[in-house]
Amino acid sequence: MRMAAATLALLLCPVANALSIGDAAPELARADFSGRQVTLSGLRGKLVLLNFWATWCAPCREEMPAFSRWQRAYGAKGLQVVGISMDDDEQSVRSFLAKRPVAYPVVMGDATLGEHFGGVLGLPLSYLIDANGRVVARFQGEARLPTLEAMVKEHLPK
Amino acid sequence: MAFVFQEGMRPVNPASSPRFGRLSGFIAALALAHAAVDPAAAAGKPAASVPTADLIQPAQLASMLKAPPASRPLVLQVGFRTLYDQAHIPGSEYAGPANTDAGLQALRERVAALPKDSAIAIYCGCCPWARCPNVAAAYDTLRGLGFSNVKVVYIADNFGTDWVDKGYPTQPGK
Repeated sequence: MRMAAATLALLLCPVANALSIGDAAPELARADFSGRQVTLSGLRGKLVLLNFWATWCAPCREEMPAFSRWQRAYGAKGLQVVGISMDDDEQSVRSFLAKRPVAYPVVMGDATLGEHFGGVLGLPLSYLIDANGRVVARFQGEARLPTLEAMVKEHLPK
Repeated sequence: MAFVFQEGMRPVNPASSPRFGRLSGFIAALALAHAAVDPAAAAGKPAASVPTADLIQPAQLASMLKAPPASRPLVLQVGFRTLYDQAHIPGSEYAGPANTDAGLQALRERVAALPKDSAIAIYCGCCPWARCPNVAAAYDTLRGLGFSNVKVVYIADNFGTDWVDKGYPTQPGK
């Protein structure tokens, strides 16, 4: 009986604890669409803008040109944008990126990866991760791009 | 006894003024007529085209889920698989994504054997309400098939913010 209750409680709880400011970002290790391996541990020392998006997400599509501009503008100062597509199928992402290329690596996400990052239960969702691998900001929904850009500039590695 | 959505199960929606309601109803009627001819054409329509009378708040659905199983509506997630697999409403079934022909076909097949007066609640929560590509297409398809008791869960921002973070029950897995 107690086991059944515990199982039910487990089932009816959120699947993951949301990442909070100051938390260590989980590891990410996936190949991008050009075949290069992207790992968060390999990006220590850089400020990482981790953007969960999908081709079907209109506000995501609107943010991406700005992220490309920032990658070009601040990349030499230590910014690395990484896109994680939460599309169900890879081909639609490949087709999308062929038409609308971005200036940063994009990897495929899935439910498991979403759970590692505290649940990706709505898009767009972006994390700003500092040079030490700590979450310094979380933007859920349509980000105010000027606010996000100001945070990027504030947290660039010294 | 089949569950019947009650009058008054309406959301507090900033766009739910009488004027907007009449306008959205008119737009929805036009859309419904069009969708009846070509349901796939409904894909890409804004969620705002769903009549406010056919919206319910997350809290209302959460309350309905406390009823005995036979009295609950059929709850269908018509969004994206990666979101459903992380967390969904307990007992809900995946029937999407409604922004694609394949997703709408999955939805049609799921409801094919149901009586037309079945209580059906659909939800997505992939994106902010105004940008959701799925719920209007799913709603129009169900109405076009003759289902008369369809409600759409009004998820203002996303499923995480408006359902999970509110403490409503959630179930992971496929």
